Amino acid sequence: MAAGVHAAESGRKVGIVDDNPTLGGQIWRGTEAGPTASMWTERVRSSGVTVLCGRVFHQPAPCVLLAENNDSLHELHYGKLILATGARERFLPFPGWSLPNVMGAGGLQAMIKCGLPIRGKRVVVAGTGPLLLAVGAYLLDHGAEIPIICEQASWMSLTRFSMALLAQPEKIVQGLELKRRLAGTHFSANSWPVTASGKSALETVTIARSGKTESIPCDYLACGFHLVPNLELPLLLGCQIRNGCVQVDDFQRTAVPEVFCAGEPTGIGGVELSLVEGEIAGLAASGRIAEASRLFRKRERLRRFARSLDRAFRLRSELRSVPLPDTIVCRCEDVRYSHLRAHNGWRAAKLQTRCGMGPCQGRVCGPATQFLFAWSPDSVRPPIFPARVESIGHTNRELSETTGGP
Amino acid sequence: MPSQLTVTVNGAPVAVPPGTTVAAAVAIAGQSCRTSVSGEPRGPLCGMGICFECRVAINGRPHRLGCQTLCEHGMEVRTHE
Repeated sequence: MAAGVHAAESGRKVGIVDDNPTLGGQIWRGTEAGPTASMWTERVRSSGVTVLCGRVFHQPAPCVLLAENNDSLHELHYGKLILATGARERFLPFPGWSLPNVMGAGGLQAMIKCGLPIRGKRVVVAGTGPLLLAVGAYLLDHGAEIPIICEQASWMSLTRFSMALLAQPEKIVQGLELKRRLAGTHFSANSWPVTASGKSALETVTIARSGKTESIPCDYLACGFHLVPNLELPLLLGCQIRNGCVQVDDFQRTAVPEVFCAGEPTGIGGVELSLVEGEIAGLAASGRIAEASRLFRKRERLRRFARSLDRAFRLRSELRSVPLPDTIVCRCEDVRYSHLRAHNGWRAAKLQTRCGMGPCQGRVCGPATQFLFAWSPDSVRPPIFPARVESIGHTNRELSETTGGP
Repeated sequence: MPSQLTVTVNGAPVAVPPGTTVAAAVAIAGQSCRTSVSGEPRGPLCGMGICFECRVAINGRPHRLGCQTLCEHGMEVRTHE
């Protein structure tokens, strides 16, 4: 949104394609967006940006993308493209994690934003990363009861992380605000879920904590292990990826001419970093290089915060021994841990077990097997999201010359 | 805009406010979404359209993402299809 607004305010014709049913990405979608979100949404509207809620699934020709939503297929032509594909939660398998009502931490929050009633429900929050605290506070504000928040990181990493926060004024404010909202909630470091159990849906979560296990009855488990960038579209377009992130230069340009990238795909750093990267990309894509350069210093400070996030919430090796032989790792194809362990890489596992070959295309089990077995997915193929056959058929016909937006 | 709209989940009516997703309506109806290839019940995991666990049939069209589809009055949702 920041990128689109800056480009549009520079006089460019701009279209935003948002994966979500309403504008605002994962963080700002829904009806309860705060003042910053409202300000950017208003700027998107007033700057004349065209918004399409739909999903890009293919690039059939240079500078052409195909997007689909419930109603139709859209052929989008561009001169410059700014990728802001965001991030998703990292999920790690443990026995019972496929039961209904075991959800991502951000996943549960997204569901509540879109109408899931949570008042009076008991929710265990677990995993790693600052999102756990934000989700915990959100849940309390919406009337849920939280018996415990389990963070896998050690107290020592958390202490180092809070020291790093001191250099980030906006983060100190956010941190204190979260502390106030979570006052009285039980927070435990060095702890993680080992089993979820229940008949047809979740009833009990067992957590490992200081060398012991403890079972907690609950209605929901909100569990995510920090975030991983959404790299499918950057990979499809041929962007360079290093250490799991899209490589960009000072002006957020990728290795592909005319393609910029901003936000989480260039490194998980949160909303402030994403905004400033978006502003730089939008200005640079419109030729306003000098104005873009003025934002470098702010970006560098926020990137330092991003690096401290990586260090603080690194996954502990004990999490690799949580899955049992019959624990499902690939939820689309129900491929179990023991069937995967025998293989020496992602490709072999795909060929032999169908791991990663269901509709999510490895978005869930890919990061999990990367952590469990050090496998790395080697390529993406279109369509990068499941699309209707008639839409895929369109890619094989001659592309029309005139349709499309930006 | 009406303050409530009604959809059906496996034939049973569910009243929800506008802005509610189909996945939330399915949860309000006390249902899970789909049956996995080995027969397990599944519900939403990611809430953001990447895990595909919330697939349901909407107005007769199978494999729609419940968490990415907003409820519309009169919508017919079927789970485990």
